[in-house]
Amino acid sequence: MTDLLTIAQAAMPAPMPGITLYHYLVVSAIMFALGLIGFLTRRNLIIMFLCTELMFQAAGIALIAFSRFHLNHTGETFVIFVLTVAAAEAAMALALVVLLFRRKETLDASGWSEMQG
Amino acid sequence: MNGMIGSMLMLGDAAPAAAVALPAGPVAALAVVGLPLLACILTGLCAAFKVKSKLPAWITVVSLAAAFVAMVMVYQSVVGQGGGKAHIVHAFEWFNLSWGEGNGQRLIANFSFYIDSLTCLWMLFVTGLATLIALYASEYMSHDVGPGYCRFFAAFNLFVFSMACLVMADNLLLLYLGWEGVGLCSYLLIGYFYKKPSAVAAAKKAFIMNRIGDLGLALGIMLTFVQFGSVEFSVLFDKVRPFIELAREGRFAEIPMSVQAIALLLMVGCFGKSAQLPLYVWLPDAMEGPTPVSALIHAATMVTAGIYLVARFFPFFAVSEYALPTVAWVGTLTAVLAATIGMAQFDIKRIMAYSTVSQLGYMFAGLGVVSMEHLATMSPDQANVALAAGPYHVFTHAFFKALLFLSCGAVMHGFAGQLDLRKLSGVLWMPGWRIVGLAMLVGCINLAGVPFTAGFFSKDMILAEAFSNSHTAAIGWLLLLTAGLTAYYTFRVYFRVFLGPKHYEPGDELHAHDDHGHGDHGHGDHGQARAVAPAAKHDHATHDFHPHPPGWAVNTVLATLAIASILAAGTYFIKWVPGLIATASTAIPVAVHAGHEASGHAAAHAHGTILGMDPHAVMYYVSGVVGAIGIFIAFLLHYVGRTTAATSKADALLPYMGPIPRWAQNKWYVDELYEFLVRVPLLVMAHVFHLIDKLIIDGLVDAVGLAPRGAGWSLRPSQGGVLHGYAASMAAGLGLILLLVMLVMR
Repeated sequence: MTDLLTIAQAAMPAPMPGITLYHYLVVSAIMFALGLIGFLTRRNLIIMFLCTELMFQAAGIALIAFSRFHLNHTGETFVIFVLTVAAAEAAMALALVVLLFRRKETLDASGWSEMQG
Repeated sequence: MNGMIGSMLMLGDAAPAAAVALPAGPVAALAVVGLPLLACILTGLCAAFKVKSKLPAWITVVSLAAAFVAMVMVYQSVVGQGGGKAHIVHAFEWFNLSWGEGNGQRLIANFSFYIDSLTCLWMLFVTGLATLIALYASEYMSHDVGPGYCRFFAAFNLFVFSMACLVMADNLLLLYLGWEGVGLCSYLLIGYFYKKPSAVAAAKKAFIMNRIGDLGLALGIMLTFVQFGSVEFSVLFDKVRPFIELAREGRFAEIPMSVQAIALLLMVGCFGKSAQLPLYVWLPDAMEGPTPVSALIHAATMVTAGIYLVARFFPFFAVSEYALPTVAWVGTLTAVLAATIGMAQFDIKRIMAYSTVSQLGYMFAGLGVVSMEHLATMSPDQANVALAAGPYHVFTHAFFKALLFLSCGAVMHGFAGQLDLRKLSGVLWMPGWRIVGLAMLVGCINLAGVPFTAGFFSKDMILAEAFSNSHTAAIGWLLLLTAGLTAYYTFRVYFRVFLGPKHYEPGDELHAHDDHGHGDHGHGDHGQARAVAPAAKHDHATHDFHPHPPGWAVNTVLATLAIASILAAGTYFIKWVPGLIATASTAIPVAVHAGHEASGHAAAHAHGTILGMDPHAVMYYVSGVVGAIGIFIAFLLHYVGRTTAATSKADALLPYMGPIPRWAQNKWYVDELYEFLVRVPLLVMAHVFHLIDKLIIDGLVDAVGLAPRGAGWSLRPSQGGVLHGYAASMAAGLGLILLLVMLVMR
């Protein structure tokens, strides 16, 4: 199997020679880390939301890279669904943020820490 | 009525004591049981409709009188049939269970009645006395007219119904139903004055003591079923026959232990119900109930149920090697012990209660001294007399003890609950008390065994039987001693309360008089007495209090019972009870084998003597003299030269007797002994178990409840509501998972 896969990969035209799976994964990891750091450090709800989107897309890039590497469409199909969900979720989240803003006239996440444990 | 015979169930064709049709018809027998039940329902309805008249009493008296008439009809038809046959009257099918084809896999217990001469003897005096005592109670309880009155008579009727079930049952299960029923009624009636703590305690004591005995009875019934595969009398008496042959020859070793154990277990139930050692302590306390109840249930009828069971199951007791000697010895020791306690009491109703315990002991001894080996040396006639001694004493005792209690009750009623013999004197000479005094005298001479009274003859029969068996002579001597003690304490009461200088103090129960236990009832002429009670109590003055002599109902009942007690002596001369016992289906298998072909083993049992003479011939003189000595001592100590109610010459003797009178007055500390041996250990155990429950069981449950709380408490800080905190912990979790994956993958 491994041999067949190697042969098939070799047979496929490479759009960007020298760019391997690892490069994609590194980009994905960097994007995810940036998103995570942004989420943990920023207070603005919209920025935090954008950071989650960033992590989402990082995962998407990793999935598509794997999909291309394995020469099947599983990852791509999955990413299409994730993007659809992400779009719906973005609409919902932004609507929520608008509503929250109307309540407290602030976008600071710490303004909503009402549970005292 | 003869047309009804066809509807009767004929049972046990193979049984020697074959069931035959009852000429009086089943209706009469069913009426004996059904009328009290009907009266119970009607009086219950009276309570429901809040009847405030004496209607419940009249319903009761009429129903019970009708039941008595029906019983007389049944008796006549049973006697007319000759003896040895049990008539079975079927009411309805009760239990008919089957769980297999094998032997002992079918339980039949019908609501049927087993009627032979023994049943007739018991039911005649139960229904007769119940009628009279109901009439007495109609007046005695009249202060309680209203709900209490209905309640009293409902329980009274339920008692008669239960007693009829007990005595007339044709199987052990129905007998057990009646047995528990009379126990329940006893409890209800002792606790009639339920607002009085001592009455409630006495009711509980009676019930618990009886439960201990009933456990033995229940086990006995179960063992009977396991052993013989049936609980029906006709089957059981048939199946026990082979063992009687063995017992007659003294070959007890060949009788299985499980058969011998039946009688020992039944015996425990008898000792509980009939107040024998060690379960007798409830009966004296049962006097907390209204006096008619004491007379009917706790003197005349219910407490003889144990003797009935021994008499009914005599074949079973006869085949058990140790059962009859145990019965005899327990009865004798109880008789002596209770008589010594009775001598030292001051409460006349308690004295009568102890005399009941003592006389019940006599009855047990009378049955217990009759052993199979001893019977084998007798002629059938002698054997019948021997077997009849106990039941005959039950019969005579029922009359004179009911009479004594009812007389005491009349005194108690008239003197506002006064029962202390030191505070009453010369009652016979007071206006309106003549009938009570004479009735009491009749009761006393019977109980004391004055010659030619019924009590004298029945007691003699028991004593003579005890002495005529050389093995039981010790029992005879103890019973003879008891006869002397009985004569003393009986006439101690009579001389002090009814004779001597006239003096009385009203009882201190003007408020909590046993008739007026419910403070909201009890008005009428007592209102005045109540108002002056403190003054009367204070200076012991009697001029403000007027004892009210009994009315016509009480006097009629007392006179009737007194005459009946006197006439009961006549039954001795016509040998009525021995005749009945001789024809009782349960006595026959035992008695018919007596006399003929006395085996070598049995012949070794010499006929006992008293002072070298035949006990049957000389016992009249011996017991007559002993009784006379007892009465004479009472006369010397409590009548001659007595000038006050509170003192007598007996007080002068007290210093010479050391602590014994005080011990006897304190009932030999038996209650305290039970307190120490049973109640305190149980109480300690209860506290220990309470602690275990509290600490360990509750602790475990609490721990289960605490675990989620603790978990919640420890996790609560993580829910701080800070979004970044959540994010950080999620990131940390992710990092942890990554770390784990890396470690595992490596």
